[in-house]
Amino acid sequence: MALEGYIHSIETFGTLDGPGIRYVIFMQGCPLRCAFCHNPDTWRMVHGQKKTVAWFVEDIKNYLPYFRSSGGGLTVSGGEPLLQASFLTLLFSRLRKLNIHKAVDTSGFAEVEKIKELMSLTDLVMLSIKHPDPDRHREICGQSNDRPLALSRYLSRIMMPVWIRYVLIPQVSSDRRDLEMLAQMIYKMPNVERLELLPYHTMGTPKWRALGLKSPLLDSRPPTEQEIQSARQYMQSLLPDLKII
Amino acid sequence: MQNTAWEGFVAGHWVDEIDVRDFIQLNYMPYTGDGTFLKPPTAKSLDLWDKVKKLLWEEHQKNGVLNIDTHTVSSITSHKPCYIDRDLEVIVGLQTDEPLKRAIMPMGGIRMVRAATDSYGYELDPEIDLIFTHYRKTHNQGVFDVYTPEIRKARKAGIITGLPDAYGRGRIIGDYRRIALYGTDFLIKNKIACLKQIEYDVFTDDLIRLREEVSEQITALKELNEMAEMYGYDISQPARNAREAVQFVYFGYLGSIKEQNGAAMSLGRVSTFLDIYLNRDLKRGDIDEEAAQELIDQFCIKLRMVRFLRTVDYNELFSGDPVWVTESIGGMGIDGRTLVTRTSFRFLHTLNNLGSAPEPNLTVLWSQNLPQPFKEFCAQTSIDTSSIQYENDDLMRPYWGDDYAIACCVSAMRIGKQMQYFGARANLAKALLYAINGGIDEMLGLQVAPEFKPISGDILDYDELWDRYDKVLEWLAKTYVNTMNIIHYMHDKYAYERLEFALHDLNIYRTMAFGMAGLSVVADSLSAVKHARVKIIRNSQGLATDFEVCGEYPSFGNNDPRVDEIAILVQKTFMEKLAKHPTYRDSKHTLSILTITSNVVYGKKTGSTPDGRKAGEPFAPGANPMHGRDQRGALASMNSVAKLPYRYALDGISYTFSIIPKALGREIKERPRNLRSLLDGYFASGGHHINVNVLEREILEDAIEHPEKYPQLTIRVSGYAVNFIKLTREQQLDVINRTFHTIV
Repeated sequence: MALEGYIHSIETFGTLDGPGIRYVIFMQGCPLRCAFCHNPDTWRMVHGQKKTVAWFVEDIKNYLPYFRSSGGGLTVSGGEPLLQASFLTLLFSRLRKLNIHKAVDTSGFAEVEKIKELMSLTDLVMLSIKHPDPDRHREICGQSNDRPLALSRYLSRIMMPVWIRYVLIPQVSSDRRDLEMLAQMIYKMPNVERLELLPYHTMGTPKWRALGLKSPLLDSRPPTEQEIQSARQYMQSLLPDLKII
Repeated sequence: MQNTAWEGFVAGHWVDEIDVRDFIQLNYMPYTGDGTFLKPPTAKSLDLWDKVKKLLWEEHQKNGVLNIDTHTVSSITSHKPCYIDRDLEVIVGLQTDEPLKRAIMPMGGIRMVRAATDSYGYELDPEIDLIFTHYRKTHNQGVFDVYTPEIRKARKAGIITGLPDAYGRGRIIGDYRRIALYGTDFLIKNKIACLKQIEYDVFTDDLIRLREEVSEQITALKELNEMAEMYGYDISQPARNAREAVQFVYFGYLGSIKEQNGAAMSLGRVSTFLDIYLNRDLKRGDIDEEAAQELIDQFCIKLRMVRFLRTVDYNELFSGDPVWVTESIGGMGIDGRTLVTRTSFRFLHTLNNLGSAPEPNLTVLWSQNLPQPFKEFCAQTSIDTSSIQYENDDLMRPYWGDDYAIACCVSAMRIGKQMQYFGARANLAKALLYAINGGIDEMLGLQVAPEFKPISGDILDYDELWDRYDKVLEWLAKTYVNTMNIIHYMHDKYAYERLEFALHDLNIYRTMAFGMAGLSVVADSLSAVKHARVKIIRNSQGLATDFEVCGEYPSFGNNDPRVDEIAILVQKTFMEKLAKHPTYRDSKHTLSILTITSNVVYGKKTGSTPDGRKAGEPFAPGANPMHGRDQRGALASMNSVAKLPYRYALDGISYTFSIIPKALGREIKERPRNLRSLLDGYFASGGHHINVNVLEREILEDAIEHPEKYPQLTIRVSGYAVNFIKLTREQQLDVINRTFHTIV
């Protein structure tokens, strides 16, 4: 088991990554190179700082009153946190006694065998689906979607509560056909509790520039409020029982 | 019951003796529901507020001062009744003969009056000038007669500053509720009995002073009676209904602000008291909810119009024309019942009905046990108006009971039983530079502290620096206590708050409230010296005027014990040093970590510091971490502040928190819940005070360019709220540059 993890940063007042107030650890390192990534500085593992499990356990304890008052807890995000599953497994098991809600925010790029123990300690998975179409998926993030699909099947089998997150990019991921395919995927997962449709934003662009990278989506624009509403309504009509925000 | 005004009230000890708390406890009705019962403003209130808004805008355009009465020395009865629009006003009474016209109150100091009238282009009546220069000594004159050269230098260098030695000290809360509950006849009778009680065999200084004070108090109550009579009210008897209750409380407050230009003139804790009267009238069917809300709306309109004449310099220290009409709302009783009532909601609802406003300074006393719907109503109102501050009732109740109120920003005191000698603050960051420079001021080049050997090496050593800092703090504490003793001796002598003290018990618990500025600068500086390498850069005179920091160091605001413990050490050390020195009238030493907006001016007057802050750059406000140095999100920052022990800063620890709406949650409806949870978590962690601003940075930027679009835009700064457009440009930029918690 890994006693140390590579991390990018910590946000002690996260309100966007899971229920209540979250202590969010942004892990360093990601196998994907998503075109709409707004944290490209988390990609390479070597850019991270090392922190131990013991350090995190001590630090997280300080925020118990906030978790208690809000029904919040810990979220590990990234980067791709599952790259460091062994570190997280140890961290989660050490936190067990504190009775903290634990969430993993992932794009699903992990071998199921390697994360089974971690999942047994996890309360919620936020699964980012980059694109429901396998070809488009490869285009957008440079990898096939076999692994995320395998993971989602596994999560359904163990009935892990899942929130699906999906980025709406005009002309890239928010056409009716894309949304229909997404709905079909979700329909097969009875464990999905909510779908978060996230409008694409360009706040990551300066980071791309700073890293000397060129985003293939440089020309894309954020969706309009109307486009977001109509995508949401369409998804709701396809999945009437699902909470969509 | 003997008095018909008290019909329907449960009798108790309060009937025979002055005991407002007893009256409240026996008669109030806790409210645990939500805000759906609330009503919009009446047409009358709206029309009145429209008229006032026009006056406020006119005032803003006239450099912040609409008019000054330069011919009348203000007193309780100095001015004839005055109205905005008599037909629209449900609650009456203004300070002078025109709305928003400022009065002169020279007892505190004629120099300040002259400077203020001059700076706004008015001429002080020469006769008044003559009287208070030649025939009637003022507080200010008294203080300067006694000040030593050393104190004058400390003051000039700004190591001790903001002292109430040229103006009224404020931070004394009269128990204005007593007027409504008892009427002045009862109160005067009580004071006469007090005088009888203090006829001893030996007339010492203390006794003579006390007897003179009580006599003054009686006179003040009689004058207050006259003032009310001019408005057609008889306050000699108890209030008979809610309208009279609100009116009488306001008259008491009005009398005080006509006579005292105190730095902070706070109202107390009147909402739950008034709720008892409103409830009685509602039950009798005399009023409905609209009328109840109208009384509170109109009361607050009056409180939004309180004005004092101050100098431009003063405005730089405490900008935006604050008066700190602080009203403390909510909290829990010691019997476990909440003190939240429907009128707690009604007061907060004025922000919805009339729009946001800096005054009254609405202060919610937060407890883990407050009813959930009230907590969420507060959170929602904060999100909508950024006009509320929160203080930890669970932390204060064990010290001050359940009938205390906040004076000014963060100073708790039992109402009618306790007062404080206000003392602004010492600049602890400058003191650190004195430790390096052998007591020479780095900006003036003057020997301010006693001469000692400056640090001669090029790299600062923690132990050596701490050893000298300790000695400088020893000197600073002694000088500070002596200065305060002089100031308050003279204030009692020349500018005694007779009406406010008439609304106190005979025997009062007194505190002497010291303050510190620059705590996060000092903690970070010491941390840099300890954990990184700090090289001194000296000027041609050999004074350390700049520093070079090599390497990283843990900074305050990241919940890092390596530096947070240094901050606590500094706080505790200074408090203990202050407590060594005897105080005027045996008052108890307390300390606040609060700057108001003076963090900008303090920064301006302080050279570069070893944390990497450059000369002239602002400090962080209150106990806040330096901006940009809190790297791990809001909670880490709040936890660092929450660790500062209240028992070593019983006058309060101020923290200002700004966040953009989206960072409170993706869904609009979850935002008040998250804010409520944030407050619960902060206070459960031991935090004392928090200002909450929920704003988009872009709006503030736009408001600088287009003030006319944002006449009521309110933001909270260390301990008070302010109309953003009234801040100096420098302060506006400071607010914008400060950490806004955003989304990652």
